[in-house]
Amino acid sequence: MTTTPGEKQSRFDPEPMPRRDFLGLAALGTMIAAFVVSLFGMLKLPKAAVSASPSKKYKVLLPDALPEGEAFIPPGRNVAIYRDGEGVYALSTVCTHLGCIVKANAKGFECPCHGSGFAKDGVVTKGPAPTALPWLKVTGGAGVYTIDEDSHVKAGTKV
Amino acid sequence: MDEAKRSALNEFWINLKTAPGQIYRAMFRGGAPVSDRTRSSFVFGNVFLHLHSVRTHLWSLKWSTTMGLGLITTAAFLITLVTGILLMFYYKPYPDVAYQSIKDIHFIVPTGRFMRNIHRWAANVMVVAVILHMARAFYTASYRKPREFNWFIGWGLLVTTLALSFTGYLLPWDQLAYWAITIGANIAQSPREITDAMGITEYFDIGGLQREILLGSEIVGEESLIRFYLLHVMILPLILAMLMAVHFWRIRKDGGLAKPKNVDELVAADQKEHYPVFTEAPQKTYQLAAVVKGKTPAVGSGPENTVPSMPHLFYAELGVLMFTVLICFILAFVSDAPLKELANPLVPENPAKAPWYFLGLQEIVSFSAFMGGIGIPMLCWIGLGLIPFLDKETEGTGEWFGGPGGAKLVGWSALYGFATSIAVEAFAIRFGWLREWFPDIPQLVITFVNPGTVITVLYAAFSIWVLRRFNSTRAGALALFTCFLAGFIVLTVIGTHFRGPNWDFFWSPSHWPGH
Ligand code: HEM
Ligand code: FES
Repeated sequence: MTTTPGEKQSRFDPEPMPRRDFLGLAALGTMIAAFVVSLFGMLKLPKAAVSASPSKKYKVLLPDALPEGEAFIPPGRNVAIYRDGEGVYALSTVCTHLGCIVKANAKGFECPCHGSGFAKDGVVTKGPAPTALPWLKVTGGAGVYTIDEDSHVKAGTKV
Repeated sequence: MDEAKRSALNEFWINLKTAPGQIYRAMFRGGAPVSDRTRSSFVFGNVFLHLHSVRTHLWSLKWSTTMGLGLITTAAFLITLVTGILLMFYYKPYPDVAYQSIKDIHFIVPTGRFMRNIHRWAANVMVVAVILHMARAFYTASYRKPREFNWFIGWGLLVTTLALSFTGYLLPWDQLAYWAITIGANIAQSPREITDAMGITEYFDIGGLQREILLGSEIVGEESLIRFYLLHVMILPLILAMLMAVHFWRIRKDGGLAKPKNVDELVAADQKEHYPVFTEAPQKTYQLAAVVKGKTPAVGSGPENTVPSMPHLFYAELGVLMFTVLICFILAFVSDAPLKELANPLVPENPAKAPWYFLGLQEIVSFSAFMGGIGIPMLCWIGLGLIPFLDKETEGTGEWFGGPGGAKLVGWSALYGFATSIAVEAFAIRFGWLREWFPDIPQLVITFVNPGTVITVLYAAFSIWVLRRFNSTRAGALALFTCFLAGFIVLTVIGTHFRGPNWDFFWSPSHWPGH
């Protein structure tokens, strides 16, 4: 009688893959799979589905006596609102470099943190800020305006 | 019956009287560390001590080998651990409340101010010590085979240490903290500088994601404070403790500290001063050598110039611990940890400065957020981690400034490193940079050509020249590491001392307007 290697003669012959190894590998495989799946779950946790940030859309009552070229800053907001002959517009005062709050000066704005300078229309004139101060979407009229800090509009848009 | 009763009572009485001694012997089975054998079992019978080997080479005990810097780092960490746990009794991680609780700790809690001061100072000592310790491991070429992995672990320890300091900085919730973290979080967001310039931020906003995960919100608020708190008191200390355990264990497994080739001659003089080696002349076995691969300390290294770790090493360690405690105490006595006004998200602190060891970064960040905050630090960090794999020469291992060029090369590199960074900075401070000359220049050009990148390129060019000149990777590494260390010092000093409100240049803080 001829035998081929690996053919099973008796139950004492070694199996092609020992049963223990097979079970061990299967257990290891399922463990790794379970671990990877739960890792995904854990990685998803730190990013909330709804971010706990304050609302960025709000109403503002603009004083009638706001002189042209002077900023109105709604209490607790980092926004500068202006009124001139052409209408009302709002610029974010959050520096586009690293998020400090810019201050208005004669030429426009300056940032206290790393000295970025911006012109009156928000364009960078100096320092490390990579982009201009964004113009924010303003809607409404007759003294009551809604500012939406999340939507930016083209520089020069006035209502 | 009566007699048996009495003797049981008697026995109980004797047991009770000898209980303290019994407990002691059950705990310390080896007996007093007076002979070679009991000194060894003192070490390996103790779960904490057995991270050490039972005998220590005389070379490792020399002050000039390590300057105790790794131990100072460890000691400072232990001090922050103890004082940090004490501070947690009163600290409340909620905006505004956090500030009040720090005020309470400072002004009302008995010893609170002292504990806070020690915590703050020990954290600073730890940062200084870890940087110096890394420099010593580098300059003694101790990162080479078989210690590459331990350099790697140390590299993780460096980052974890810095991350611990950074997360701790927010917790007082004062102006200093708030604005430093705002800047830090926006640095995490700064890959937008690149994605914006390429117009792909909408689809691939890695910067925004990083910032949001760090802060848990779009602003620095309650979510951010709880995240930083969790990182500071749980996650990072656990990571640090684990890495430290591996770090220490590996020192032992790598055959102790790195030693020069001729170490036996070098310690011959010390040998006589120490407790005699092998008083009981134990039979040395070579069984270990058969199972352990490579150059273990016992294989082929001639006479073993070792002494028992107990007492020689442990007393030295205790000495360093006491020294570090003393330093932190003195600093905590003479200088209070700062606390500014309550955080105000509407008015930035001016100047808004991060902890001093980040001010070098802040200096180059003031030219380009992405390059200064992420690009160049990443490059340095990856370069540091790769050192053991890029320099595989063997000359000079274990020697100060070992390798071709040696101390002289390090001196010249330091000079070059200081000179170039000061020159480039002075130029930028005096004449401004690209945007001041060409207002319409695209941001990408500034991102890639700014004082930070110019200094980096000058350093790299010098190191490549040195590498070719000496035809040695070690020489190149010595030049590069020294240059970056010099640049780090120059930028840190400028950021700390010479920058004032609006990040303008001032010769001294006393010239700041309004101060
Ligand atoms: C929390 C941070 C760290 C702690 C507590 C620490 C602790 C230690 C200690 C106690 C030693 C024994 C020798 C000595 O005291 O100098 C040591 C050795 C060593 N450390 Fe660190 N270390 C830290 C960070 C680092 C860093 C950042 C690096 C480098 C990237 C590093 C690389 C090494 C190397 C290569 C050795 C072996 C040195 C030799 O064989 O001579 N360690 N460390
Ligand atoms: S945050 Fe405004 S210049 Fe840096």
